Amino acid sequence: MAEFRTEMHDGVAVIRWDVPGRSMNVMTRAGLADLAACVDAALGDGDVRGIVITSAGRDFAGGMDLALLAEMKRAAGADPARGIFDAVQAIHALLRRIERAGMDPATRQGAKPVACALPGTAVGIGLELALACHRILVADRADARIGLPEIKVGLFPGAGGTTRLVRKLGVMAAAPFLLEGRMVAPEAARSAGLVDEVVPADDLLARAIAWVRGATAAECTRPWDLPGHRMPGGAPYATAGFPTFVGASAMVTGRTQGVYPAAAALMSAMYEGALVDFDTALRIEARWFTHVLMDPTAEAMIRTLFLDKSALEKGARRPSAPQGRVARLGVVGAGMMGAGIAQAAASAGIEVVLTDATADAAARGRDTIARALDGAVARGRISSDRAAAALARITTASADLRGCDLILEAVPEDPSLKAEVLARAEADAPGATLSSNTSTLPIGDLGRGLRRPEAFVGLHFFSPVDRMPLVEVVRGPATSDATVARAFDFARHLRKTPIVVNDARFFYANRCIIPFLNEGVRMIAEGVAPALVENAARQLGFPVGPLQLIDEVSVALAVRIARETRAAQGRAAADDRADRVILALAEAGRLGRKAGAGFYDYDAQGRRTGLWPGLEGRARPDIATLRDRLIFVQALEAVRALDDGVLEDVREGNVGAVLGWGFAPWSGGPFAWLDRIGADRAVATAEALARDHGARFDPPARLRDMARSGATFG
Amino acid sequence: MDAFLYDAVRAPRGRGRADGALHEVTALRLSALMLDAVVARCGVAPDAVDDVIWGTVTQVGEQGGCLARAAVLASGLSERVPGVSLNRFCASGLEAVNMAAAQVGCGMADGIIAGGVEMMGRVPMGSDGLALAVDPTVAMARHFVPQGIAADLIATEYGFTREALDALAVESHARAVRAWDEGRFVRGVVAVRDINGLEILARDEAIRPGTDMAALAALKPAFAGMGQGMPGFDAVALMRHPHLERIAHRHTAGTSSAIVDGAAAVLVGNRAFGAAHGLRPRARIRATARVGCAPTIMLTGPVPATERALAAAGMALGDIDLMEVNEAFAAVVLRFLQAFDADPARVNVNGGAIAMGHPLGASGAVILGTLLDEIERRDATTGLVTLCVAGGMGVATVIERV
Repeated sequence: MAEFRTEMHDGVAVIRWDVPGRSMNVMTRAGLADLAACVDAALGDGDVRGIVITSAGRDFAGGMDLALLAEMKRAAGADPARGIFDAVQAIHALLRRIERAGMDPATRQGAKPVACALPGTAVGIGLELALACHRILVADRADARIGLPEIKVGLFPGAGGTTRLVRKLGVMAAAPFLLEGRMVAPEAARSAGLVDEVVPADDLLARAIAWVRGATAAECTRPWDLPGHRMPGGAPYATAGFPTFVGASAMVTGRTQGVYPAAAALMSAMYEGALVDFDTALRIEARWFTHVLMDPTAEAMIRTLFLDKSALEKGARRPSAPQGRVARLGVVGAGMMGAGIAQAAASAGIEVVLTDATADAAARGRDTIARALDGAVARGRISSDRAAAALARITTASADLRGCDLILEAVPEDPSLKAEVLARAEADAPGATLSSNTSTLPIGDLGRGLRRPEAFVGLHFFSPVDRMPLVEVVRGPATSDATVARAFDFARHLRKTPIVVNDARFFYANRCIIPFLNEGVRMIAEGVAPALVENAARQLGFPVGPLQLIDEVSVALAVRIARETRAAQGRAAADDRADRVILALAEAGRLGRKAGAGFYDYDAQGRRTGLWPGLEGRARPDIATLRDRLIFVQALEAVRALDDGVLEDVREGNVGAVLGWGFAPWSGGPFAWLDRIGADRAVATAEALARDHGARFDPPARLRDMARSGATFG
Repeated sequence: MDAFLYDAVRAPRGRGRADGALHEVTALRLSALMLDAVVARCGVAPDAVDDVIWGTVTQVGEQGGCLARAAVLASGLSERVPGVSLNRFCASGLEAVNMAAAQVGCGMADGIIAGGVEMMGRVPMGSDGLALAVDPTVAMARHFVPQGIAADLIATEYGFTREALDALAVESHARAVRAWDEGRFVRGVVAVRDINGLEILARDEAIRPGTDMAALAALKPAFAGMGQGMPGFDAVALMRHPHLERIAHRHTAGTSSAIVDGAAAVLVGNRAFGAAHGLRPRARIRATARVGCAPTIMLTGPVPATERALAAAGMALGDIDLMEVNEAFAAVVLRFLQAFDADPARVNVNGGAIAMGHPLGASGAVILGTLLDEIERRDATTGLVTLCVAGGMGVATVIERV
């Protein structure tokens, strides 16, 4: 069945995109052929006076079928770059045929008007197709999203979107869409100049057809096809454009720390394209796009951040059990995490009972949520109506948890307090699923005193709840499949990405983050210049360095973890050198950001003013070794988590690492990174690190086996 | 090497803006005036030299299209003298002299006029394009930052305080004032005259007599905004210098070289050239060097360039009587002094570009002439000229009186 089909509306060819079996259109290989057939037929038919391209569905398109990109590469066999380049050039040729629409290049006459009518969301190649049309109309649906998010999965718009948007808006105005992948609602898209008109949804097709009927020859010629077209904001060597281009390169370099090939390729496609005519610019864009697809970074990011993440969200690791929708949630503990989870749940339409030790504390939690919602309204993230409705779903009046489908405790990390809270919750609501937001305590231990430990599960949200996309669903030794499924469904309801992990100290994420933090502290103990430690982490693509991260979570917590690790695992596991630094900091009252002092100094407003001069390290070892230490200490721990059965699926290890703690997103996660460098090289480097820096770098047996056999994780 | 300096002239440097005295003068005319001045002073025939090698950085508009050849044709030189324009950024004027010396020394030519011009008030810096800064394949990959950021990076990396930078600038102005007051520039500076012979400018215009620490302390750091704010060049620089937490922005307009209009010409020839034209050589070019260095910190080239030139000359820094280290930024000179533990009393003795200005393509020839005159005035023997260069380069020349 064709993915595009044409119907005639009194001389206007309406080409509808309708990919069978998909709720949202995506561009496939067959789709490209069908679109070409429809377009060529309409352009070649003397009775057709114009074209409207639209969708049969509620939205226009979700973008390119990313699996197709990998397929393109494989299909080309020995010369994948040639295969990709030719395929991309074919897309350019098709979109260019739409854009020229039969125009005589000499007289610039004879083009048939082409309008694009977007009923809703238009993303990626969906928008790129629209940008090749003469007029873009969008239905006034506030929930629709328009944008080019390719950069977020390690790509950049490679179907002409880069070249067209830069010529349409200029580098400065195009930057948020191309470089940050910003997605906007129709009205914002119109004011930014991405689309031409926002019209009532019911009138969309009629308005598009009317535009086609009335369009003049001038309206069917793109500005860049006119002689003397100048780029808005100036070309790279124009007086106005020069500082913009210089600044854009610098900004992107600083922000990406040079680890995202797609960002650099995008910059080059924009720069080189801006120096030449439109068709040459498209060819340049295709060369850089091919270059990015040939880089392992894009493949790793697509796989982890799109393919694997989608598969996990669709339930690849959810036990088969009936759907159990949570209608009413009880949250015990109205601190930062409890309030954050309550807010997320209420925003997703769930009734929430928020309780704490006292009514006052619960009320304070609700006030925190009210302020956070106000802030979200002020920033335009949600409408004030939706914010008010969310707040109205949260009650604190009664500590009565009866009728809750799911109860989540988020009280301080004190095992006896948690046990008491959970036992009371179980008594109050005997049929409810119970869960704990603990980040460190084994679920099996917490559930020991419960009458129904099978209905108890860990739900480890990350802070801040509204921004962190990952939830660790922790299966305790007694937790039933149905309970895991319910926790999984709850996380999905909140639009989080759940990974299902087994119960062990620190679960998966914290198990890997803690060695990262310790390694940074150890470097301080060794006298390494503290800025070098932080910058080594940044150069790996971590959003913040280990010292800053400790300040954020608090030095007190680091002290507690150090003490508990010592108590639970004995001296062998203890990290004496690192612990001494942490303890000294704590004794000096430097307990982190909240205390106004930690590894960093802070001003009265709580802003970092600089590393504490009391850290006297001046040593400057090779930063490459520091980078290796910081990334290996995490990646090896991830492998151990897999060995220990905490992780059961490599995909969860990759997705969890990137979404949970910002593990070098360019790498696609620790397992993808190990595959990329190869187990043999990983083992050799780890052995060298173990020799120089300690047994924590000893490569696990699994990795050694893989080095011998040439196996990979993925 | 058998290459000699027969004479050197320069124009007074005018403030490089609309109210600067030389703003009305074309780059062509100022170039031709310098060519005529050196020919007239040496009394050589219009066709005596084999070439004119002319340094200009911003080769666009009136400074574009091989200005060297246009300057020959606009001057009193014979049309049989060709001309070539070159660009080694800030060292172009010295590079012109070095290339002339190389050609003369190896017998390709007998006599060449080398020098350069830059009318910074008329042809803005950067208006000729700069792939180094714009093309992402080099700007991003090699961590390009503007020179002001690089200068602050040197100050941070090598520990030069704001006070040390300011003190160097105070000294630059004081030395320039003294040099003018004592007539030390009389020999080298040729007044710029209009088409009617009326004087336009006879003295360096950018010097601010009485510049003191208090006046400089009042100035704001010039490069903090572009470094820490938008677009954030500091983050780029720190990728190459990750042991630093931040860049201390210490340079101000007062510790950066002044933007000026200027030109200079040097007559280089072999011994036979002097004999043929009845000229006595003033100095011999003993060695030259050009180096590439780290492009982000960019302005540290004078140190390796000097090392290489000294090695080529078989000398140590202690053998050099006087030095000219171009004051592109105060930290550049302080780094030179620090690296060689050099005596500040022998470096830039008559002030430098912070006081008098840095007409990019001309500066190398300008300070070479200043050095030559001062060596003779003091009856000293040896001298060294060096400049930092954009993109991470350095150029140096060692001369010796004969």
